[in-house]
Amino acid sequence: MDVLFYICAALAVLAALNVVLQRTPVYSALSLIVVMCALAVVYLLLDAEFMAVIQVIVYAGAVMVLFVFVIMLLNAGRETPGQHSQLARWLGVPLVAALLLEVLTVVWTQFPAESFAPAAALDAGPKAIGQRLFQVYVLPFEVTSILILVAILGAVVLAKKET
Amino acid sequence: MATFSDTGFLLVVTLLKIAVVLLVLLTTIAYLTWLERKVVAHIQARWGPYLVGPHGLLQPLADGVKFLFKEDIVPLEADRAVYWLAPFIGFTLAFLSIAVIPFGEGFTFYGRTITFQITDLNVGLLFVFAVTSLGVYSIALAGWGSNSKYPLFGGLRSSAQMISYELALGLAVVGVLMISGTLSLRGIVEGQSGFLHVHGVNTFLPNWNVLKQPLGFLLYFTAAVAETNRVPFDLPEGETELVGGFHTEYSSLKFAMFFMAEYANMVTVSCLATLLFFGGWHGPVFGPVVLRVFLPVFWFCLKVFGFLFFYIWMRGTLPRFRYDQLMAFGWKFLLPLGLLNVLGTSLVLAWLSSP
Repeated sequence: MDVLFYICAALAVLAALNVVLQRTPVYSALSLIVVMCALAVVYLLLDAEFMAVIQVIVYAGAVMVLFVFVIMLLNAGRETPGQHSQLARWLGVPLVAALLLEVLTVVWTQFPAESFAPAAALDAGPKAIGQRLFQVYVLPFEVTSILILVAILGAVVLAKKET
Repeated sequence: MATFSDTGFLLVVTLLKIAVVLLVLLTTIAYLTWLERKVVAHIQARWGPYLVGPHGLLQPLADGVKFLFKEDIVPLEADRAVYWLAPFIGFTLAFLSIAVIPFGEGFTFYGRTITFQITDLNVGLLFVFAVTSLGVYSIALAGWGSNSKYPLFGGLRSSAQMISYELALGLAVVGVLMISGTLSLRGIVEGQSGFLHVHGVNTFLPNWNVLKQPLGFLLYFTAAVAETNRVPFDLPEGETELVGGFHTEYSSLKFAMFFMAEYANMVTVSCLATLLFFGGWHGPVFGPVVLRVFLPVFWFCLKVFGFLFFYIWMRGTLPRFRYDQLMAFGWKFLLPLGLLNVLGTSLVLAWLSSP
């Protein structure tokens, strides 16, 4: 099981790097799909089948399809590096390294390995998640729904203006 | 405690099951093409394939050999990696979802239980949906990777169509999930055994979900036909407008892979319709032990065959939708009806469970 975790984790990290390094948008989008699927396998290894399947359905199956759809619609080819890409390269890499270091320090100091509960002890089935969502976290859930509704209305208004 | 022999036994049995299921599925797909050509031919008062073997029964074999030996042409301007990847994605995903389909109850063999199912996931239904939702990439990437006008249009159309109808597909089965209270396909089928009781009165009708969820079934099947890109929703490959759509630039074995993926998806969708709405393997079971074990599998296959026949029948009968009609139908008709079905089912369930 551990071997599978390391394979998927490495795959996720490599694919995530590829998302940034690729110059062709379609390849970037495809790499992002690989990241999502690798994460789904990690969820599966944590005994969270429901989360794994939802991860694939929502992110890989719906969100990324829209990305690929838009890239295809614009028929975007290879990107050419512009004036600002040089600046981004020299400034971006140190900033990313600093952020990574920061996150790792916080994780290592705040969450020692003993403090983790074994995954099997948590119930991650659809029933448990549904009850949490509609009892404990019902307010954030509804607020998110309204946020998405507002976004949809905004998209409709923007689309109407075009024609 | 699981000893080595248990693990080894499980491994051998699972591998055997995978081999048998794949063999049966591939044969089904091959003869589904023969059946389709035959049935459509008879609907149109023709004979259909007749030359290769008796009643053209060896035609699938001849087609397979032809696909194998045709020249594999790759367009000069195609994006090589994406062009190669697309048929493999479609083929793999189409055969993946069969892994969670239960074909029958199973039997006990020298103290060990063998089920007619490769693996029973407790989120089996969602697994099938996840795999089908990824299937759109095969078509979208094939359209984009070919770097040609018609395939691009086919790919775009199919992406839009599959996103739209996935929603209706998901909503249509929510009613069934509320009735059965589980996401495991085996659990859903087991909830449909025996006879339908209304107010405690035996109606002698089978306890199938289609009788409790007639609207859900109609919505599911309509959305499923659209999801598998079949007539009357076959706009991604409309021959008369798009010369074949997303697979215009594909030839030889890569074209065959798209073809097989489409038929495998038809089989999966028919299996799901049987499991969710038509009681799966439930049917009259009688006779000696061997018959008792294999009759459920027979009933299951018969029901799936019925759906496949219906698919072909529709192809021979209905004309194609126009693109805007298709989108309007999905979003303005199927989706609201699906929501209404969920609302109605939950109201009835709440009313029934109230003291």
